[in-house]
Amino acid sequence: MNYWPLAGIAIVVIGFALRFNPLMVVVGAALATGVLAGFDLVAVIEALGKAFNDNRYISVTWIILPVIGLLERYGLQQRARAVIEGMRGATMGKLLVVYLAFRQLTAAIGMKDIGGHPQAVRPLVAPMAEAAAEMSHGELPEDEREKVKAMAAATDNVGLFFGEDIFFAIASILLIQGVFESAGYPLTPLQLSVWAIPTAICAFLIHGSRILAMDRRLGRVSQ
Amino acid sequence: MITYEWLYVLAGAFFAIWSLLSLRDGRWGNAGFWALLAASFLLGSHVSEFVNGLIVLAMVAIAGFGGLKRSDPPTTGKEERVASSQRLGNRLFLPALIVPLIAVAGTLLYNYTPLGETALFEARRETLILFGIGVLVALAVAMVWLRPPALAPAEEGRRLLDSIGWAAILPQMLAALGAVFALAGVGDIIGGIAGSVIPEGSVLLTVLVYALGMAIFTMIMGNAFAAFPVMAAAIGIPLLIEGYGGNPAVIGAVGMLAGFCGTLMTPMAANFNIVPAALLELRDQNAVIRQQIGTALPLWVCNVAIIYVGAFLLWS
Repeated sequence: MNYWPLAGIAIVVIGFALRFNPLMVVVGAALATGVLAGFDLVAVIEALGKAFNDNRYISVTWIILPVIGLLERYGLQQRARAVIEGMRGATMGKLLVVYLAFRQLTAAIGMKDIGGHPQAVRPLVAPMAEAAAEMSHGELPEDEREKVKAMAAATDNVGLFFGEDIFFAIASILLIQGVFESAGYPLTPLQLSVWAIPTAICAFLIHGSRILAMDRRLGRVSQ
Repeated sequence: MITYEWLYVLAGAFFAIWSLLSLRDGRWGNAGFWALLAASFLLGSHVSEFVNGLIVLAMVAIAGFGGLKRSDPPTTGKEERVASSQRLGNRLFLPALIVPLIAVAGTLLYNYTPLGETALFEARRETLILFGIGVLVALAVAMVWLRPPALAPAEEGRRLLDSIGWAAILPQMLAALGAVFALAGVGDIIGGIAGSVIPEGSVLLTVLVYALGMAIFTMIMGNAFAAFPVMAAAIGIPLLIEGYGGNPAVIGAVGMLAGFCGTLMTPMAANFNIVPAALLELRDQNAVIRQQIGTALPLWVCNVAIIYVGAFLLWS
């Protein structure tokens, strides 16, 4: 077997580790992988162009930026903070645990497009988490504020990943079904999706307790 | 019928406007980069694969040599924002809710009522198309309600887009890398290696290698979808199901979730891990991944336990 195409993976790992521009790393890896697999350079550039073109739908989502930017111009982030500041007893821990549960439950009933980073995390969840943390712990050092914002984004991801597979009509469940069916194991989507529930519960317990632990740690740091 | 092609024209127009505004601002690198992306959206379906490839290489050259810079279009200051947020109150949230509302409610209506029979949208593409419609409706509502200067939405969008910079097309570029990997047979090679390192006779060790293979291969590809068919064909189906008689539903479903733990730990899953760090203007590009590792590792252990107990101990 020709193991040379794996050099592309090595380029990705080393390139990311050395912090080269990720676009350069990815395209370098693609060109190297194709050439080492025995294709000529023009064919690899064609394959790259076709694949980039076929995946344009991924970048369509940026058309939401004018909406978010316009609302931020009129104080959307400030409003999100004010809502939290107006709630007595709101803490970063409670807020993000509630958001985690909300994201898991809505994704589990197929509403995975509620939430997401440009639409929800940047304008709403992150400023709310920051405001809640500052309400209970006072002004935070810059690196701690960054950790709170990063945790807000992480919570969105965990909630989405470990909620969406409970919904039976989701792409990953259909992929599993397709792979198993062609191997001679017909399964219904529902048989698969119920087995996403134990992991979803573990994810809620693990990530929820990490959020609460972070909140307690912030209390110690700020004193 | 409304197809993805309509969305590409819409997005291409947005990128073209951002390119022109960058040009007016004297930011040549940004103008060139967004013009090339606009060309890809507007013309990509009509030019050859090679030309599309050259567009990709040109964009990467601009980004790689530091041609993309943050921009600073005129906007409101902090005090103005606080004042207008107090004046407008919670109604400010409403336009932001229009987009998910139209996408989610529209998808449900389209799929579970006779509306679907109209075949208004390209099959299985309705959610993203409805998202695009939602954006246009939200923009119209915000413009009528807030009456900002005419160029404000474009300039505010450009500010956000330029703060994301090259990361904006990284997810799409990684999907293209995945396609080249598939063409070069990387998956088969990895599957072969994973299949050959299995110790004989131990169910638990085989489950471990399967779940580890899912997580690591997902980290490499940035996507559990690419890893799953490879690991299922190399280990899941021949060894765990046919060799040891495990429950196929558990091995499939929870194997995929072990891969999702890998997604939380890799910069290759750019739209979940790198893009949000840029959107939140964090100094550390890997800040989101750092917060996720502590969840992903114990959760991966849980998945191994769930497969072992659910597919073998409870099943037989």
